[in-house]
Amino acid sequence: MATDVSSCPLTQRQLIDEYFIEHRTKVLDIAAFLDRMDRASARDGEDDFRFVAFRETLQELCSGVPGRIERVQMILSDQTTEPLAELDRKAAYGASIQRVPEQEEVRDGVH
Amino acid sequence: MEYIDLHAHMVSRTTDDYERMALSGCLALTEPAFWAGYDRRSVDVFADYFDRLTDFEPKRAALYGIQHYTWLCLNPKEGEDRELTQQVLDIIPEFLDKPNVLGIGEIGLNRVTRNELATFQDHVDLAVAHDQLIHIHTPHLEDKYKGTKTIVDALVADGRVQPGRVMVDHAEEHTLPMILERGFWTGITLYPTTKTSPGRAVDMVERYGSERICVASACDWGPSDPLAVPRFILEMRRRGHGEEFIRKIVLENPAAFLGQSPKFQLPHARAASVVG
Repeated sequence: MATDVSSCPLTQRQLIDEYFIEHRTKVLDIAAFLDRMDRASARDGEDDFRFVAFRETLQELCSGVPGRIERVQMILSDQTTEPLAELDRKAAYGASIQRVPEQEEVRDGVH
Repeated sequence: MEYIDLHAHMVSRTTDDYERMALSGCLALTEPAFWAGYDRRSVDVFADYFDRLTDFEPKRAALYGIQHYTWLCLNPKEGEDRELTQQVLDIIPEFLDKPNVLGIGEIGLNRVTRNELATFQDHVDLAVAHDQLIHIHTPHLEDKYKGTKTIVDALVADGRVQPGRVMVDHAEEHTLPMILERGFWTGITLYPTTKTSPGRAVDMVERYGSERICVASACDWGPSDPLAVPRFILEMRRRGHGEEFIRKIVLENPAAFLGQSPKFQLPHARAASVVG
């Protein structure tokens, strides 16, 4: 496609030196979120389509196979192909409700 | 480093933001027509909005030496209303000759409904009839893949539109290849939570190269950053990329795409080496 496609110029050691701390923080945030879900006052979201998809993405992170970002994106995507007959809502939820059809509508999406 | 922000909704930003963008090297920006956060009730509101995009905003930008350009449309969020769509389509030609109007945009899809698709196709018809460049919004989050595929397939099947005159914006890892493979330009929008981080944007240019790829802030009334392009530049330098490679993505590429409109010019001599 293009002539200037390259791998990352930095070595693995350089990437670790430069980026480990900020990604360590992100991993801790996810761990804390999962613990917070366990401590929630009601366990009413285990089957929420967003949390189901979220847990599935975590499996992908441990796959060891390149292409994790595309696979995570697709887990979080509506993969149907037909246009909707009419507008159901304006906002996006971040994960596809189509994956769990019986899910009730949720409160807020993103513009 | 001097740059062009190809996607910035400045009606939602303060004059201080224009100043900060100028201080950080912004030479020009383009502002697609978009959703105000609520549905507008009449065509008159759109006429006022288009007046602002073609008169007030370029004057405000010029105070800081920034060249302001715009794209006109009824945006995908309001595209379900076919009656209003037709009314807005009827007034857009009145504005197409304004000196800062580059084309039709940001058209596209939101939830990927039949009406949205019809509205999108109406705008494509308008762009073709008036020989305009096209700027395309692809949907958010879980709707992005389906919406991008629907848009790209529709344009290719249509056959009237030259892909090199279309910017398919808001690309992410799972949509960027399908856009580039069909010959379109694409944009990566740097948005704090719902689109792409500077780090992921750099990953994409490392993987797919710099041909027909631009980056933009897409700053608007939501959580967004008018200095997102300088943050991308900083991240490119952090990764060890050279100045020439960075300059191609943030200045030369948007200038090449936008320069297909005879109206597009960068301010004075600074642009001499970019736009011939």
